[in-house]
Amino acid sequence: MGATTTGTDLHAGKLRALRALIASHKRWDLFFASVGVLALMFGILAFVALFFDMAVDGVPRITPDFFASFPSRRAENAGILSAWVGSTLVMLVTALAAVPLGVGAGVYLEEYAPRNWMTDVIEINVTNLAGVPSIVYGLLALGLFVYQFGLGQSILTAGLTLALLILPVVIVATREAIRAIPVAIREGAYALGASKWQTTHDHIIPYSMAGILTGVIIGLARAIGETAPIITIGALTFIAFLPPPPVQATAPFVNFEWLTSPFTVMPIQMFNWTSRPEEAFQANAAAAGLVLVVMTLVMNALAIYIRYRLRRNIKW
Amino acid sequence: MATVDLPRPAAMAIADPDRLKHKFSRNIKERIIEMILFLAALVSVATTLGIVFILFYESLAFFRHVPLVDFFTDTMWTPLFSEPRYGIAPLLMGTLVTSAVALCVAIPVGTVIAIYLSEFAPFSVREAAKPFLELLGGVPTIVYGYFALVFVTPLLQKVFPGLPGFNMLSAGLVMGVMIIPYISSVAEDAMRAVPMSLREGSYAMGATRFQTATRVVTPAAISGIAAAYILGISRAVGETMIVAVAAGMQPNFTINPAEPASTITAYIVQVALGDLPHGSVGYQSIFAAGLMLFLLTLVFNILGHWMRRKYREAY
Amino acid sequence: MSAVLKTALPVRESPAPESLALKAEAKGLDFYYGAFKALKNLHMPVYEKKVTALIGPSGCGKSTFLRSFNRMHDLYPGNRYQGEIRMYPDNVNILAPDVDPIEVRMRISMVFQKPNPFPKTIYENVAYGMRVRNINRKSTVDEKVEKALREAALWMEVKDRLHDLAFNLSGGQQQRLCIARALATDPEMLLFDEPTSALDPIATASIEELVDELRQRVTILIVTHNMQQAARISDYTAYMYLGEIIEFGETDQIFIKPRNKQTEDYITGRFG
Repeated sequence: MGATTTGTDLHAGKLRALRALIASHKRWDLFFASVGVLALMFGILAFVALFFDMAVDGVPRITPDFFASFPSRRAENAGILSAWVGSTLVMLVTALAAVPLGVGAGVYLEEYAPRNWMTDVIEINVTNLAGVPSIVYGLLALGLFVYQFGLGQSILTAGLTLALLILPVVIVATREAIRAIPVAIREGAYALGASKWQTTHDHIIPYSMAGILTGVIIGLARAIGETAPIITIGALTFIAFLPPPPVQATAPFVNFEWLTSPFTVMPIQMFNWTSRPEEAFQANAAAAGLVLVVMTLVMNALAIYIRYRLRRNIKW
Repeated sequence: MATVDLPRPAAMAIADPDRLKHKFSRNIKERIIEMILFLAALVSVATTLGIVFILFYESLAFFRHVPLVDFFTDTMWTPLFSEPRYGIAPLLMGTLVTSAVALCVAIPVGTVIAIYLSEFAPFSVREAAKPFLELLGGVPTIVYGYFALVFVTPLLQKVFPGLPGFNMLSAGLVMGVMIIPYISSVAEDAMRAVPMSLREGSYAMGATRFQTATRVVTPAAISGIAAAYILGISRAVGETMIVAVAAGMQPNFTINPAEPASTITAYIVQVALGDLPHGSVGYQSIFAAGLMLFLLTLVFNILGHWMRRKYREAY
Repeated sequence: MSAVLKTALPVRESPAPESLALKAEAKGLDFYYGAFKALKNLHMPVYEKKVTALIGPSGCGKSTFLRSFNRMHDLYPGNRYQGEIRMYPDNVNILAPDVDPIEVRMRISMVFQKPNPFPKTIYENVAYGMRVRNINRKSTVDEKVEKALREAALWMEVKDRLHDLAFNLSGGQQQRLCIARALATDPEMLLFDEPTSALDPIATASIEELVDELRQRVTILIVTHNMQQAARISDYTAYMYLGEIIEFGETDQIFIKPRNKQTEDYITGRFG
């Protein structure tokens, strides 16, 4: 501060000190912002490394034959035919079980559930189920579905297990979508004499469809990559045949034998190849991993896109 | 509102049997539908009951062969030897070490990302980063496992030449990357729930962004941030495929992350891959291990959700 | 209407008595929320160690104007200032892009509509401004905290529980705590944004008393929706409507014989 003691000089000196202080504080702002960007970059970099590492090893293996061949003892002949067919069929069962159950439960909790202890139990339960490790669902399926209910190590068992696993995701998504609908819509329907179910069926469910769809897709994307519960139920890892087709040319045209068929799925096939020491099988694992990642990415991206569109289009 | 019977003026209360019948069937239908929806909601409760039942049922059979004291005090887990020993400690230790390594990555990086996105990032960066983090969290864990084994371990071996091909360090690091999105999204939610008025109060005192973020927003959101960490721990403890693929499946009572080891989850996978007959002690052992895992994650989940609720109540 | 307003802008004409020093002055201030022009060509002096009140119906821009004084609008994207707010004695335009909003906020403190204590102890709330300025010596902080709490008429009530959480205080106490927080760093000017609107009448009276005492040592600019409050505590009053200052003058003059018909209608309750 200046030697002079006039008020203005004193003031100017104070201001200079203040500015120096602020400048030093702002360096921290800059520093942290850089650290933040670096942390984000770390995430991005890890993902890019993962993707390219697999692409470099796997892309040469991705040929039409790879999709049309069964697994084989010879790495160069092996393919993912039984795996992707298995994954598709398991996902079919999962979706057919999880969507009605999850949406039904979500609708019940939002629209019907009375405020009582039972509802509290259900709500706490859903929250906690979401945090149960997936391998525990595998144990549930092994003990209950496979042995107690005698469903065997089948597509049905796997599909139901994964359905239970993603149930919390579907329920939460349904509830959030329903909660976003303003009360005025319900009152409008009731005012016209609609019953509770008519209101729910004609208004609540259609209007929350996009949000529910987002949740279902995210849930299925998670289910399709799940390995641990499927391994736990003892699914074979070497399957050189396809399940019987669900549709046939002769009456009764549909066939449910596929439900009880042994199977393999994409992540199991990848795990199987990953545990082989030979280099050539590692390339197969990379290729299978690449297909799997692209599948889950596409599903997740689709869900994010639907949600984004939803936010833009609907303004209650 | 069809179920509400309003008193009507006498002149209007014409007994119309058709209309009454219609209303009756409508009520029945409404009740049936409500019942169906209720049952759908009950499936989730049944799932929990099923999990608890099967874990306890098989574990009880297991503990008839293996005394609880041995289970908790023995430091060897060798169920496949001719003289099997069933001490959970090595598996627990493997779970602990891999989780600790993972959290050493995920907590700092996840927290920094959360603070950055909530307090620093411009709108456009936030809008782009959040879906990306979601995608990162959506990658199947088997793919992360492959990445740990085939990419990260060889990389680490260049830095630490003696590192074995299977090790907890590599599995833990990759698991950390996997958990980053969980921690950052829950923590960011908590910080964004801090009311703007607190931020304004801080800025009005001449605070910088960094000061506001560290001295006001973070303390105000602390219970939510703690919830994020706890839910992250629960994820790490329950993660299976990364450790099964990259950490080796040898039970190993050590705290050295550079060694191979098995975890509770990896052990279950290992047994499931083999051919243990249904009803054998080995078969039952995976349920006992699963029960440990279930109880462990349950504690973290309840704690995490309780803390999360606390910040929701606060604002 | 604009013709009426132009003649009704007495700012330049109202002669400042010799003894009065200018602390700040708005000169042709415009403000935009995105494309919406919220403040239109405002001119207004703020005299040192006086209380200036901003009144007007809700949505008239009085809070927007107040928040321009410590650049709170810089926190949100899409906001834009035009024109000047000059601050004295250094005669700097605090809205200039090269002036750091943080520097402005360190010189001009603010008390908000709803009490917003931090989730910290009473002591740490008051000490926050010093922490932000890297003043950490315990004796200094202790002394300033006590002084600020005394000035905010809160010391007697909290001196035995300085390390309790601030949330445990009553609404009126919380607001006085926020005033103490703002005072602790010796600001050159204090902004109040409807400080009593969330408080009961007794708490309101104590805040008003406090403002009355504070005018001895600090320049105060206060937004209020309560005209009696403006009449009771302010030396100068500006009546705003639709983003413009309709009339500015000594409070007595504004309330006893307003020059503008619109002001009169508002003050007498015929409008607003």
